[in-house]
Amino acid sequence: MWDVIVVGGGPAGISAAVYLKRFRLDVSIIMKDRGTLARTEHIENYYGFPEPISGTDLFDRGIMQAKNMDIPIIQEEVLGIDYDDNFTLKTNQGEHRAKSVFLATGAHRVLLKAKGFKDFLGKGISYCAVCDGFLYRNKTIGVVGNGDFMREELEVLENFAKALYVFTNDQPLTTTIDSVPVISEPIVALEGQEHLERVVTDKQKYDIDALFIAMGTPSAADFALRMGAFIENNAIVVDENYMTNIPGLFAGGDCIGGWMQIAKAVDDGAKAAVAINKHLKKAAN
Amino acid sequence: MAVKITSENFKKEVLESEVPVIVDFWAAWCRPCMMLGPIIEEIAHEKEGEVKVGKVNVDEEGNLANQFRISSIPTVVLFKNGEVVSQVVGLLRKEDLLKRLGL
Repeated sequence: MWDVIVVGGGPAGISAAVYLKRFRLDVSIIMKDRGTLARTEHIENYYGFPEPISGTDLFDRGIMQAKNMDIPIIQEEVLGIDYDDNFTLKTNQGEHRAKSVFLATGAHRVLLKAKGFKDFLGKGISYCAVCDGFLYRNKTIGVVGNGDFMREELEVLENFAKALYVFTNDQPLTTTIDSVPVISEPIVALEGQEHLERVVTDKQKYDIDALFIAMGTPSAADFALRMGAFIENNAIVVDENYMTNIPGLFAGGDCIGGWMQIAKAVDDGAKAAVAINKHLKKAAN
Repeated sequence: MAVKITSENFKKEVLESEVPVIVDFWAAWCRPCMMLGPIIEEIAHEKEGEVKVGKVNVDEEGNLANQFRISSIPTVVLFKNGEVVSQVVGLLRKEDLLKRLGL
């Protein structure tokens, strides 16, 4: 069991891991890809870089720094987090246990670029199968996504649904799906009266009662929502110690909202590390 | 204490209530609902006499959930004089929940 698992290898995650390691804690980082930072081409406002540096380069330097400090980097995709006294992180490869978790996955929440999407949020469109799936028992449910996250949601929904569809929305399927029709046409619109009734692709219409969005990799807010942490405007609510309302679950960087800057994320990570160290010391006594 | 609302007592406890009623639609398998539970109880305690607080288990009372088109839980609905006046979806802190309900 790890003392701390950091989810995300960007500025907040690495910064936290570096401090946690210096506190002599058993820390590891689980991360999938470079996230938002890789989409930044020139960083010119970060301390210590007289020439612009690319997001990819800065990210890779962070990873190198963690590796040089013997912090294990686990290249897996976290699909869900469960907790009792400790935390169990379920990934696409297996499970990892930790006494505390620092969420630093950035802030992306994928919006579906289809007409009517915003109108049906909460009226048939959901981001959380364990939260809302049961309400559509014996109904026809669509899931939008193309990877392991989608399959995870699909497995939950299979317990309730009368019929299921997978919509990859023009993305290649990166997981295997049995016995559920996979529609790869791009979704162009969502229709219904008060409540969602139809998914419209560029080829045809599909009658459904609910649509669950599980595109790409789940974000920190996705885990936090399923765990019962407070979320506001898609940002995780934390206290002055970067802890959520779930003891031992911390978050920092873009996923808690505020200023979307590297300097702020690094600051979050450092401060959260101090708070996590205190929390673990207190729990041990 | 929050009152357990069923389709049998819904009319009496909610529609005919003399004070506004907050109804929490929840289920035991929903983590966010379980986190909201103590907040709902706190509101019941603090607003006793002023507001009634009830809970609908959507597993047991599927008809009530359908009737109010509950599509995501937790959903908290405020009734005044038998009518829905506001509705809040998702887990919120107590102050935010009361504010969004308009209380």
